[in-house]
Amino acid sequence: MSLKLGVPSKGRLMDKTFAWFEKRGITLSRSGSDREYAGKVEDVDGVSLILLSAGEMPRELAAGRIHLGVTGIDLVQEKLPRWEQQVEAIAPLGFGKADLIIATPACWVDVDTLDDLDAAAAVFRKTHGHRMRIATKYHRLVREFLTDAGVADYTLVDSQGATEGTVVNESAEAIADITSTGETLRANHLKILSDGLILQSQATLWRSRVAKCDPAEKAVLNELLDRLG
Amino acid sequence: MPNRSQIQTRAAMMRVRFEAAGAQVVDTPLLQPAETLLDLYGEDIRARAYVTSDALRGEQMLRPDFTLPVVQMHMHEGAEPARYTYSGEVFRRQEQDPDRPNAYIQVGYEVFDRDNPAGADAEVFSLIALQLRGLPLRAATGDIGILTAAVAGLKTTDRRKAALMRHLWRPRRFRVLLDRFAGRKPAPEGRDALLDATDPLAIDAPMIGKRRLAEIAERIDALREDRAAPPISDTELVGLETLLNVRETMPFALEQLRDVAVDLPQIAPALDRLEARIAALQARGVDVATLDFEAAYGRTSMEYYDGFVFGFYAEGRPDLPPVATGGRYDALTRQLGDGAEIPAVGGVIRPDLMLEIEEATQ
Repeated sequence: MSLKLGVPSKGRLMDKTFAWFEKRGITLSRSGSDREYAGKVEDVDGVSLILLSAGEMPRELAAGRIHLGVTGIDLVQEKLPRWEQQVEAIAPLGFGKADLIIATPACWVDVDTLDDLDAAAAVFRKTHGHRMRIATKYHRLVREFLTDAGVADYTLVDSQGATEGTVVNESAEAIADITSTGETLRANHLKILSDGLILQSQATLWRSRVAKCDPAEKAVLNELLDRLG
Repeated sequence: MPNRSQIQTRAAMMRVRFEAAGAQVVDTPLLQPAETLLDLYGEDIRARAYVTSDALRGEQMLRPDFTLPVVQMHMHEGAEPARYTYSGEVFRRQEQDPDRPNAYIQVGYEVFDRDNPAGADAEVFSLIALQLRGLPLRAATGDIGILTAAVAGLKTTDRRKAALMRHLWRPRRFRVLLDRFAGRKPAPEGRDALLDATDPLAIDAPMIGKRRLAEIAERIDALREDRAAPPISDTELVGLETLLNVRETMPFALEQLRDVAVDLPQIAPALDRLEARIAALQARGVDVATLDFEAAYGRTSMEYYDGFVFGFYAEGRPDLPPVATGGRYDALTRQLGDGAEIPAVGGVIRPDLMLEIEEATQ
């Protein structure tokens, strides 16, 4: 058996993860063609590379099918209830930085805070006969945040992509999504609530607290963590 | 731990006792339309109830409690007055604590009666207390109606009162609103500039979304009105704070609340109802002199109750949820009644917890 390291399977997230490990003297590479999801780890023996979508990483870590994995804080906290008990953050990787925020149309000059959003939602429900819709794919994080803030009369609608466009299309009144520069928000005439920051995320290396390690794997894990730390 | 058949036997036994007290046995569907529950509880219910769906009926929830479907059934076809009992499983999604069950049996008793609310409150409380007799439990009571009366009678704008009323169940937001309406918390940055602007609707962004310009204009008017309104007075604020801190045995609580009523005279009728309830409880043999009353009880967890509220808790077992809970929900019948309404009060017992406590004490 070998120690399993999960790494995002494509795009900039994969490239930057490879670069981060390279800087610490460990070469990760994809084997074969660009389309094949297999890879290898050089410079450390006994580690196998598992290429996965970043969205599946939390589940694989929580199931103990991989020992280490790279994915965003947002995905771990959204997908894993009581995430602290299932995974441990080993190191922030310094890229993939994004904030999960609540944004409303920029034309809502009367809405700056969650307090305003709540007040506007109450009137909106009376006027339109349905609750104010907030489009997001982060249902749990957003619901917990709004419950904690005491915001009522809203409903979450699922949006798995192009979330910023839902307001123009009138399938939602506000959104909760991740943003790094805010450019897409501005382009879609949205603004962030002044107290609407739900979570600051970045790509992070996680260790599964539940994955079983035999003595050999344990030794490899310790060596790897030593070199990465 | 008690097994399933022990729990069911106990549930059946208790239901028979409620029947003997005059209740009719009812049952409700396991699947409830999600929309009604969402309208009532808001998005929070999704964290607590299992949701499923099909293409025809849309989102459905596994019943998280009986009260709502029983009220719907009664408002639809019930004769008056009515007493109902039921026993069956309710379902609660668990995301935090693996030791809490996600399905458990509740046995309930509900009274729909216009005649004597104090008597009905006492009837439900004492019948449930009787079922629980002998167990090491502590009872807590409260009355949401006193707080609503206090808010409804504040000398301030209707908008402020409606905002406070809407958040009665969310103590933190209630506090924030109260501080703002009392002038203790500054408005958000830039708010004055917006409200002072000659044309606040000269908006430097395209109008998008379903919320129209007229609605924004309306809220700016509301904000201007609010800024011009005098703050809620210190007398009323202190009165509210004192009220929320009342925590005593029933007769002493009433005495303290009568003192609060000097500053908040609007609560006097609600206090008369409390006094009548104390007398009705006493007439049913409840030892009111040792019964706890907390004015803030039930504010965070019992969102459709609007009068008398109560719960029974296992002594020395803060890890356990309440063994029984209940209260008055007149407003819920109004909300679901399509114009009709009827005073209603009820409560539920969890036989699984009763058996667990019995096992532990033996």
